[in-house]
Amino acid sequence: MAGGSGDSTTPFDSGRLTYAVKQAGFAGLLTAGLGFPIIAFRAEPDIRNQLALQTRWSWLVTAIVLLAAARFLSLMLDGWRARTLAMAGLLMAAFGLGSAWFASQAAPALVWGTIAAGLLCIGAGFWLELRAAGTTAPAGPGPLRRIAATRAGALLGNWSAWIGLGALIAFPLVMLGWLGPAGSLKWINNYGVQILIFVMLGWGLNIVVGLAGLLDLGYVAFYAVGAYSYALLATTFGLTFWICLPLAGILAAFTGILLGFPVLRLRGDYLALVTLAFGEIIYLVLLNWVDLTNGEAGISSIPRVTFFGITFYDEPGGFSELFGLTFSPIYRTIFLFYLILFLALVTNFATLRLRRMPIGRAWEALREDEIACRSLGINTVNTKLTAFALGAMFGGFAGSFFAVRQGFVSPNSFTFIESATILSIVVLGGMGSQIGVALAAIVMIGGTELLRELDFLKQLFGNDFDPALYRMLIFGLAMVVMMVFRPRGFISTRAPSIFLKKRKGVSSEFVGQGSG
Amino acid sequence: MENFLQQLINGVTLGSIYGLIAIGYTMVFGIIGMINFAHGDVFMVSAFIAMLLFLAITAFLGISSLFLAFFIVLLAGMVLTSLWSWTIERIAYRPLRGSFRLAPLISAIGMSIFLANFVQVVQGPRNKPLPPMFNDVIKLTSGGDFDVTLAYKQIVIVAVTALLLAIFWFVVQKTSLGRAQRACEQDRKMAALLGINVDRTISITFVIGAALASVAGVLYLVNYGVVSFADGFIPGVKAFTAAVLGGIGSIPGAVLGGLLIGLVEVLWSAYVSSDYKNVAAFSILIVALIFMPSGLLGKPEIEKV
Repeated sequence: MAGGSGDSTTPFDSGRLTYAVKQAGFAGLLTAGLGFPIIAFRAEPDIRNQLALQTRWSWLVTAIVLLAAARFLSLMLDGWRARTLAMAGLLMAAFGLGSAWFASQAAPALVWGTIAAGLLCIGAGFWLELRAAGTTAPAGPGPLRRIAATRAGALLGNWSAWIGLGALIAFPLVMLGWLGPAGSLKWINNYGVQILIFVMLGWGLNIVVGLAGLLDLGYVAFYAVGAYSYALLATTFGLTFWICLPLAGILAAFTGILLGFPVLRLRGDYLALVTLAFGEIIYLVLLNWVDLTNGEAGISSIPRVTFFGITFYDEPGGFSELFGLTFSPIYRTIFLFYLILFLALVTNFATLRLRRMPIGRAWEALREDEIACRSLGINTVNTKLTAFALGAMFGGFAGSFFAVRQGFVSPNSFTFIESATILSIVVLGGMGSQIGVALAAIVMIGGTELLRELDFLKQLFGNDFDPALYRMLIFGLAMVVMMVFRPRGFISTRAPSIFLKKRKGVSSEFVGQGSG
Repeated sequence: MENFLQQLINGVTLGSIYGLIAIGYTMVFGIIGMINFAHGDVFMVSAFIAMLLFLAITAFLGISSLFLAFFIVLLAGMVLTSLWSWTIERIAYRPLRGSFRLAPLISAIGMSIFLANFVQVVQGPRNKPLPPMFNDVIKLTSGGDFDVTLAYKQIVIVAVTALLLAIFWFVVQKTSLGRAQRACEQDRKMAALLGINVDRTISITFVIGAALASVAGVLYLVNYGVVSFADGFIPGVKAFTAAVLGGIGSIPGAVLGGLLIGLVEVLWSAYVSSDYKNVAAFSILIVALIFMPSGLLGKPEIEKV
């Protein structure tokens, strides 16, 4: 990739410049070819339902310039600080330029300010690169490692899980105190509960993918089974949540075994495709078995969550009245938050314990080498089935929580995209790492929720610009980028489950994480 | 009987489209052992490119001859779609060669999500209906319960598929490019030692697969007359099923599998239930992978330690 020779004293010699310019030109040409019809034209059906063609050459030109400049900068700058700064500057300049073109109502000061700030950032990137050229980079540990090496850092590292847990427990109360019942609802619900659901799903799938190394592309099927179990049991037989929860888990686990049995012989990527097909079949059955599931309309009026029998409605004997509080939907949300936190922690605790048991060690052995595993007398059939069943069970728990939270389930919540989201969380977190999965869920789900908040972009691009549309786009791109640059995920070292004298991290280079 | 005959015609038409997509899956799997999950979305992108080119040609160039427009769209679509596939291979798959086994699959899933949403962002979420093309029909029988018809578009679809397959077969069997490709399929390391540029050969494999998928995209547009950003996933999985059914890695198998899947889908919707037609295709995928992973025409795979 890098064109210039690394040990020359001036970083911007002419050979390197020519190479970068050539590459940038090529990137621009390629973008022109890729974007020619699909960006430059747009077809939209008009009132008579006939396609009318619009041209958008400005979009294409922006894309060409942006990608050519990005290629040029990435070839000219070596230091990661300089590169990050320049890329951020490029993005800012592009935003400014784009808004000048697309939205006439954008304030000129804002537009020119963004462009100027972007160019300044690019300039600063080059300055950093020039300054760093004379000195050789210190080959010591990175900043995080250096902090971890100090005494306080080590203490912080040892207690980090507990600190995180404390922060999570305090989160809804702090939010409630800070923003009041009306203001904090969004934060607790959209960020807190939503992220924790995906943390739990990620931890559940982590058993199957991260520990046992079985790639499951249809995990959402178990989530759906759990949700519909609760919805049907509660609406038909009037069972309460706490009775339905284990039932939903058992039903989902049975579904997992049902799926697991036939696919035992399959290798990694074949297994992935079969689970994908299985997930789609469950979705299609939910969609078309109208007698049972009410089809696409879904099941509504599912009993909502109660505080051990006390409802959260504004009624006599309700939660607010009983505790002498003014009625607000926030109390239900806070209870839901603690409920999902509890369920997620149960998942985590079970996984951590299982890893030390013979079955957990068999999972990890299976992931590393199936043939060696069989030669050592491990029953691979049982090992795989338990992984499937347990992973599915936690998916089922999460599903029934989803149903009690929404009060409504429909097949559209259980499409392939959900499976892909959960899988990408496990992959990005570093397969097998519990804390990594939680981090990835926060980044991915919290990040996409944050996209909804970017209303200031509407000032730049006009009112028909919807940042939330870009959610899955960025998601897909993040999966690719992650695989190319950090295929082992955020947390790429492995702590062994059992050890002789001292627990030592194993570099990801030495484990066959997730290979089928 | 008339109904059956009509369904047979429809099934073969649909099957040709699946067969064309399936070749892309089977070739890539044969040469680098990876499921190119984004191939279905490349097909969808190609249908969009074809739709836009078609509109642009009629609007800006004023070409009114349908056959000429069709021909231009077919050729230009092949070139532009190949460019997409080449770029995807270059940035999302090539850096992962030698990484752990599931890395390319996950990268391909990400690519597939990216492509579908990219098209949604730049072209909008609504269905894009084109005016119907090749509308005339030939009546094959008359006087029964209803007339069995053969639409011109069905003739066009099957004819173009047959022609493309013939050209493709010639390329793979008779040219040095095809020889290099088959050599890489058998043993990449040995092929490299004998002076074959393996990276280039793999790129060309992706390009050929995309060109065939692009033809399928144009034909899909002719057949259904409408395309949406979500149209890559289901046809993609069905074409992959076709590749597995025919024996993954085997090119005649992909075409055979495509025809079979097309027939099963059409007959299933006609005689059993059109709601569950996708369930039928997915069930075939599961059954084929479990009970005959080497497919109808594939070679059995022996795992060596």
